[in-house]
Amino acid sequence: MAQYIADGIILGATLALGAIGLTLTYNILRFANFAHGEFLTFGAYFALALAGVLSFGPNLGSLTFGWSFLLVIVLAAALTAGLAILLDVVVYRVLRRSDVAVALVIASFGASLMLRNVVVFIWGPQPDYYSRAIAIAHPILPGVRVTTDEIFVVVLAAVLMVALHLFLTRTRMGKAMRAVSDNVLLAQVTGVNVANIIRLVWIVGGGLAAVGGIFYGLTVQLIPNMGFNLILPMFAAAILGGIGSVYGAVLGGLVIGLAESLSVIWIDPGYKPAIAFGLMLLMLLVYPSGLLGERP
Amino acid sequence: MIGILSYLVFFLIQALVYSIVALGLNLQWGYTGLFNIGVAGFFLVGSYTFAILSGPPYAAHLGGFGLPIVVGVLGAMAAAGLVALIVGIPTLRLREDYLAIATIGIAEVLRLIALNAKGLTGGSRGAQSIPRPFQDVIHSNLLNNAVYLLIVIAVVVVVYYALEAMVRSPWGRVLKAIREDEAAASSLGKSPTSFRLQAFVIGCVVMGLGGALNASFVGFIAPTDFMPILTFEIWAMLIAGGSGNNRGAILGSVLVWAFWTSMGSLTQSVLPSDLQVKGGALQIILIGIVLLAILMARPRGIIGEEAVVSREAQLGGGDGHD
Repeated sequence: MAQYIADGIILGATLALGAIGLTLTYNILRFANFAHGEFLTFGAYFALALAGVLSFGPNLGSLTFGWSFLLVIVLAAALTAGLAILLDVVVYRVLRRSDVAVALVIASFGASLMLRNVVVFIWGPQPDYYSRAIAIAHPILPGVRVTTDEIFVVVLAAVLMVALHLFLTRTRMGKAMRAVSDNVLLAQVTGVNVANIIRLVWIVGGGLAAVGGIFYGLTVQLIPNMGFNLILPMFAAAILGGIGSVYGAVLGGLVIGLAESLSVIWIDPGYKPAIAFGLMLLMLLVYPSGLLGERP
Repeated sequence: MIGILSYLVFFLIQALVYSIVALGLNLQWGYTGLFNIGVAGFFLVGSYTFAILSGPPYAAHLGGFGLPIVVGVLGAMAAAGLVALIVGIPTLRLREDYLAIATIGIAEVLRLIALNAKGLTGGSRGAQSIPRPFQDVIHSNLLNNAVYLLIVIAVVVVVYYALEAMVRSPWGRVLKAIREDEAAASSLGKSPTSFRLQAFVIGCVVMGLGGALNASFVGFIAPTDFMPILTFEIWAMLIAGGSGNNRGAILGSVLVWAFWTSMGSLTQSVLPSDLQVKGGALQIILIGIVLLAILMARPRGIIGEEAVVSREAQLGGGDGHD
């Protein structure tokens, strides 16, 4: 039981990082971006490519990677943010301007399929790993064994969330972002440059998604379908927490991660991916504004 | 010659079965503005329901009711409609994107059930020997395919005229009114949620019909036949042909399926066998670029929706700038 809770928190960290970007783009750009899962995939694969060239120094303690991997994470996040902006400029911005704005969701669905196949085309369909080294799980509590990599994932996720909280509450840009998220017109009237904020949202959302993808690659594996498999739990997390709420996305990510992990105790693990969907449908039925969402 | 002819028959059956699904999607997206990106899921329900109801007894999973093919088809349609109700009721009263998320979710859940509920569906090995009409009477493969093509054409014609009658009726005008201006439509006393649910369920019933016809034609179904790529293909067909136009949906299906299969055989003949997987990926990337280009350049598709002008306006103005 305790082991399942630990596993759920590790999965939840990945989901939460992905769901933050999803909830922000959903709220500010007003559409469900199905290509967001591919930001996780690309982040993970960018890191795989970078780790191939940027690998120096010994492994840190019992982690399966060294200091250089931190640099790899930063660079992969930056590349993924660039990809998110590129996708916005090439596809979404054009569609936002036309009068058939509703086509955005379909375009993002098409873009997600294309990006997924770009990964297959470049890296092939087989699963990959960052390291062939075997990570040894250590007991940290009675009945709970985790690897040092997994501890790293949870700690770095927590650090990033605190940093995001400080950014949103203490900096001018963060405050402007929250203002646009609340009310675009009102923010514009007070002199906020909305185009810049949209770019910032893609950078923050894409970067965090990339880190989430790398975490998944570290704790599970890299496959071209990983982002697509995670998109539904991430949407479930964003909806559970309340669309637009960053803290809701974190909470939702943890709840979904725990629920998926714990479900294995009672049901066939083959149905694990359906848990997130069931929770989401239930939430939409009884409490559509989400746990921490705005009250209508 | 016979080879080309039999391929043409084979191709047209497949394209027209997809056109039935595209017609169902057109009622949802083209006329009502509903994002259903779980098309593959409703197609799956139709396929499996048909296989279970009309198929032979299976050793490993449910089936063997051996019901007449027509009963199987009707059951497939009913099952797809039932699933649509379950998804539609919680989501259709909310913001439109929630339906998109819920439909892609239900398609994945249905695929998981097909994969894991071995006692119901046969799991990853799928269901086999699904019956086809007249298979005991006509033994020639080409002749049997030709008869099946006639049946599919007849079904397409019936579905086309039924949908045309629906969208031209007062009911269809309400759908368009809700799509264009929900507030105005509800101020006239029309419940948007109720009309949306009706259109969604009817569209999914049509998709279930397509699924049953496909299962009967192919004779073998497995969970891998219902990947999200299928949903993407149907969307490409509808958007290329012109959403909001039923003739466009049929035309788009034939064109996109021709493009898709010729791209497939091209990559297969050009690329060496070790690059086949990458060729499949390239195929999807290219058709994705075409779809996005059409979305951006011609959002109304090849044919597009025709303008509907009320009879009074035509009689009164008559000079055509409404």
